[in-house]
Amino acid sequence: MRATADFTTEPGADGGLTLTFSGPLLVSSVGGVDHRLRAVSEAVTAIDLGQIGRIDTVGAWTAWSLSQRLGAPIVNASTDAQRLIEAVSGSDSNTDRIEAPRLPLFERVAANVGDFVIGSGKGTLTVFGFLGQIILATGNLLRHPGRFRGNALFHQMELIGVNALSIIGLMSFLVGIVIAQQGAVQLRQFGAEILTVNLVGRITLRELGILMTAIMVAGRSGSAFAAQLGTMKLTEEIDAMRTIGVSPIEALVIPRLLATMLMMPLLGVFGAAMGIIGGAFVSSLTLGIPFVAFLARIPEVVPLYDVWVGLIKGPVFGLIVATAGCFQGLQVKADAEEVGTRTTAAVVLAIFMVIVLDAFFAVFFTEVGWG
Amino acid sequence: MSCAPAPDAPGDFPIRVRGLKNAFGDFVVHEHLDLDVRRGEILGVVGGSGTGKSVLMRSIIGLQIPDEGKIEVLGSAITDARDDDDIDIRCRWGILFQGGALFSTLTVAENVEVPLREFYPEIDDQLRHEIARYKVLLSGLPADATGKFPSELSGGMRKRAGLARALALDPELLFLDEPTAGLDPIGAAAFDQLILSLQQTLGLTVFLITHDLDTLYEICDRVAVIADKRVIAVGTIPELLATDHPWIQEYFNGPRGRAAQNAQERNAELLHEAAALAQDHTVAPAHGQA
Repeated sequence: MRATADFTTEPGADGGLTLTFSGPLLVSSVGGVDHRLRAVSEAVTAIDLGQIGRIDTVGAWTAWSLSQRLGAPIVNASTDAQRLIEAVSGSDSNTDRIEAPRLPLFERVAANVGDFVIGSGKGTLTVFGFLGQIILATGNLLRHPGRFRGNALFHQMELIGVNALSIIGLMSFLVGIVIAQQGAVQLRQFGAEILTVNLVGRITLRELGILMTAIMVAGRSGSAFAAQLGTMKLTEEIDAMRTIGVSPIEALVIPRLLATMLMMPLLGVFGAAMGIIGGAFVSSLTLGIPFVAFLARIPEVVPLYDVWVGLIKGPVFGLIVATAGCFQGLQVKADAEEVGTRTTAAVVLAIFMVIVLDAFFAVFFTEVGWG
Repeated sequence: MSCAPAPDAPGDFPIRVRGLKNAFGDFVVHEHLDLDVRRGEILGVVGGSGTGKSVLMRSIIGLQIPDEGKIEVLGSAITDARDDDDIDIRCRWGILFQGGALFSTLTVAENVEVPLREFYPEIDDQLRHEIARYKVLLSGLPADATGKFPSELSGGMRKRAGLARALALDPELLFLDEPTAGLDPIGAAAFDQLILSLQQTLGLTVFLITHDLDTLYEICDRVAVIADKRVIAVGTIPELLATDHPWIQEYFNGPRGRAAQNAQERNAELLHEAAALAQDHTVAPAHGQA
């Protein structure tokens, strides 16, 4: 049980009111008595510390600020108490809380809208600046291929590609099962269950394989890029690089970009293959189409250009995911919280852009006759 | 948050370390390390880089679980705690980490309020703000720093803000990890004096890791030297100088050690002269009257 502080007000020897504290005046004991002290409004002429036990700076502050407010001197203070009161009274008597500057609500809304508009404009410019830096760095690397960081590239390829195989494989397999099963339910109404093969084959190779992979890579690797580079910005690693003459774009961004662009088509094809296997698996169980027959029929019903559509989209989506991640990471300036918001922004932006471009690609390839 | 109140009769040794062993894989940092810290003293801990000064501090405050040994802090066995919440003396110590370790999304005042809010939720907002404010001023920061975020402060100000947070609960025991590293000499000397005056006013026991020889000479009551995986000597600087361990000799008698020693002697002489002068002045009128 914690001891608590208390006080009483009684007429003193000289006729005035004396406020007498009792019990220890410590950070652990003054919490309960503080609001009662603030309510004291009688004309107290002395504050007696003669009956307190231990005292710390919080107790000293409580007594001193009370004595300042009531204009009553402190009496019977022990030497310890006097020393502590001396220490805290160096503080000025202005006890207003200094807040981080904050505008009133109405102005704040307007200011936020303004900041957003200006920020968007500047952000667009910075994106172009960043893309320009990447192009310059690519040009430099083409002229001096010796500066290219092969090890970093292979390391990133492992992180982005090889390590993602299991999760992307499982996800695509399950998506393949869902498409085949749901597609079969609809196609059965026309007696066209055999077209399930066409449905699964074309949709996975052309659209879903690469789209689902891009979303997964954005979540796995795009976020990792943003968080890594953001943390490196905070710990001044990137500044250190620049002073040593290492371009962060060449050393950090290009390997990540290239690795993502190389691994995306491979992962996309792998995802499509796993989707087809998932479709074949569920078809052999519920539709009576043998597993091998399903697979054998895929090349007959899927036009080759579907594979090309998937393969062409791969590097483009990879470029978007990696650029968004690296760009947002390098924009981090202030603190740990910004690393979080930038990482979120990187993933949201990447997925959004990928889906917008996917819609564009769908229309484009149909128009050019690859429908 | 559990918090045991301080007993009325505290022991003489707030920190006792016995037979401490710390190892990272095959690399043994400490072995058979013993250390006692006396109540009310400033103990400086020195040692070469990589001798495990910070690891020792982290072991004492329960952040690093040692492989062997027993550590008692304020009478509570840290090494028996299985969980952070088992350490019920956390409201009785304050810790200043090397970089300040301020919470970056909170202002300085809010940083100081965090421990108060955790351990003593019954304290009113108004009183908590006032406490945070005088603690910040006590640690030598200007009042307008209370509303600033850590990213807006310089390195030295961050250390002072970290000190204000470490002092938030009026601890009995203060751990300082290289408080003056990275400060300019004037700032470092001011910080030393601040620690000394706080220690004297608040009656703190201070565990101070430092490389700063001036700090050792100016404010430390005793110095513990870590070498060969253990504390090889504890004592005042003259006592340490009397030992013949080569590292200690090199440390205190190297060019920097000598410079710090001379500076301290000069300061002492100046103080002495000033005191003598003051005495002359007070005595002179008495003569005149006679």
